[in-house]
This record gives sequence, structure tokens and C-alpha cells, in this order.
Amino acid sequence: MRLAKKSSGIHEGDMTPMIDMVFQLIAFFMVLVNFTEADQNQRIHLPSSELAQPPDAPLDSPITINVTSEGTAIMGTTEVPIQGLIPLLKLEHQVINRKTQGLASQATIIIRGDGVTKFGLIQEVIQVCQDVGFEKFALRAKQQEAISRGISDT
Amino acid sequence: MKIRNTGRDQEEITLQMTSMIDIVFLLLVFFVMTFKIIAPEGDFNVKMPAQGAQGTPQDATTPPIKIRITATETGMLAGIKFAEVPVKNFQELRTKIREIVGDAPGPGTLESTEVEFDCDYNLRYEYVVQAMTAISGHVQNGQVIKLVEKIKFTPPRKPE
Repeated sequence: MRLAKKSSGIHEGDMTPMIDMVFQLIAFFMVLVNFTEADQNQRIHLPSSELAQPPDAPLDSPITINVTSEGTAIMGTTEVPIQGLIPLLKLEHQVINRKTQGLASQATIIIRGDGVTKFGLIQEVIQVCQDVGFEKFALRAKQQEAISRGISDT
Repeated sequence: MKIRNTGRDQEEITLQMTSMIDIVFLLLVFFVMTFKIIAPEGDFNVKMPAQGAQGTPQDATTPPIKIRITATETGMLAGIKFAEVPVKNFQELRTKIREIVGDAPGPGTLESTEVEFDCDYNLRYEYVVQAMTAISGHVQNGQVIKLVEKIKFTPPRKPE
């Protein structure tokens, strides 16, 4: 039997279009990737509002507090009952005070409350923050759009 | 001098793509895995110093407009009162606010108007956000028209 002659050179298809596409995909995902998930707890389903526009300028020393529907608060990665926020907030207050030479009260507390949370709990969080010495709050809501609604439901 | 490999039949020189493609696919898989669509979020700014705090003079000339929102036992919306007058829904609340703020001439009214929410303890937070949306502005032809920017809350009503 006669075997087909093996060629010594490497034969490969034209890779250029595939590599082009793959780089495009990488660029797409790199641009859209979001690493700030610590602040955006996925357990919290924010209420939506048509007026919730992302802020124009970054907030001054923001501290994010997530308030779950069970009535606990999540700050960073620690989940505590609402009164348990006091030592954490006091520490933050001292740190920001040192960093900004006594302007800790100007720091913004971002409150991300679940839509079904009792509002009294949100008020308690605000009160705790006020007791520690913060006075600027940002109540966070999701931008109301047909597409974002569909995504948040999943 | 003899120059080698100048023949016409020389094979085309190709780079070894395999390793690059391996890495590129790994990167692609990494970004696909970590990709999460997150809806854009926005804030309602509330400036609320602790009551009785020093250096927070209360403007006595313009008392805040009180909006009372009551809830059913399950936290659903039961009723809205705009300065003691019951209103049917948030749309009507916005109309009332526009009557006070939006149609008044001069820029002064917008800055000086303050709204104070007095909500039941077990009212769901989403209704408060709806109420804040109703009073802080409305969207007209894609443009946001601002109404009231100063919002505050009464201390929480503890359940008995």
C-alpha cells in the first residue's frame, strides 16, 4: 500500500481572524469587568428608581453599609446586627478623622437597603451612624430601566 | 559568498501561535467567568446631622413639609399624607410638590424647601424610595427636572 507522503512543514490554518475575534472578546470583558463587588452585595435587591443617577463625582470617603431583609447589616465582609455597627463605625470614624484632619463627619455613608427591608431598620442604621458622628447619607437605589429590571430578577 | 536559503521554494515562516492562543483563551475564560452584569446604581443624598448637634442651625423660617406614610402590618403601603392631607398615590404626591416648588417663580423655593418623611417602622423600604423619587424630581423628555433636594427623616417609630 502506498502511504501519502508526509510533508515536513507545519500546516496550519489562518489563525488571524480567530485571534482578532478573541482579542476583541477579551477587550470587551476586560472593559466591563467589575471588581468592586465587596460594595455590591448580591443578596441585596435594591429598590429601583427612575431618578437614581450615578453620582457625577466620587463621594468623599464613602462607607458602604448593606442592610439585609433579615435586619442585619453588612459592612465590608462582616455581617452584624445593627447595633453591632457601632464599634466598626467608630473605628472608621477615627481612621477618616486622622486621614482628613478631623473632617470625618463629611464622609458619606452609602446605605444599600433591600427593597423589602423595614424602613425602621434603615432609620436605625442612620441613627447609629449619627450617634457615631456621621451626617451625610446616600440611600442607594437601582436605575430603573427595562433591561436592568430583567437582570436583577435572575 | 554563498547565501543560503534564498530559493523561491522556501517555506513561509510562521510564528508558533499555540502558546499565545493558550494564554489568550485562558484570559478569555477568566473574564467570561468573572463577568457579572450589574445594573447601574444611583444615590439619594440625605444630610441628617444628629438631633441637637452643635453647629446645625435650623432654619425656622421654612419648616419642612411633613409627609406621613403609613403601612399595613405586612409592610405594604397603607396611606400617604402630605402635610396632614391624604393623597391617593405617589403621582398625586408629586403633583402636590410641583404645585409648591415647580411653579413658583424664582430660584429660591427649590433650595429652601425641605421635606421630612415620617414613616411607619415596618413600611417596606421600596415605598420610601418611591416617595423620595416622587418628591425629588421627575423625568420629562429624558431630562431630569429636580424638585426637592433636601430630605430628612423623623426618628424611627419603634413598634409598641
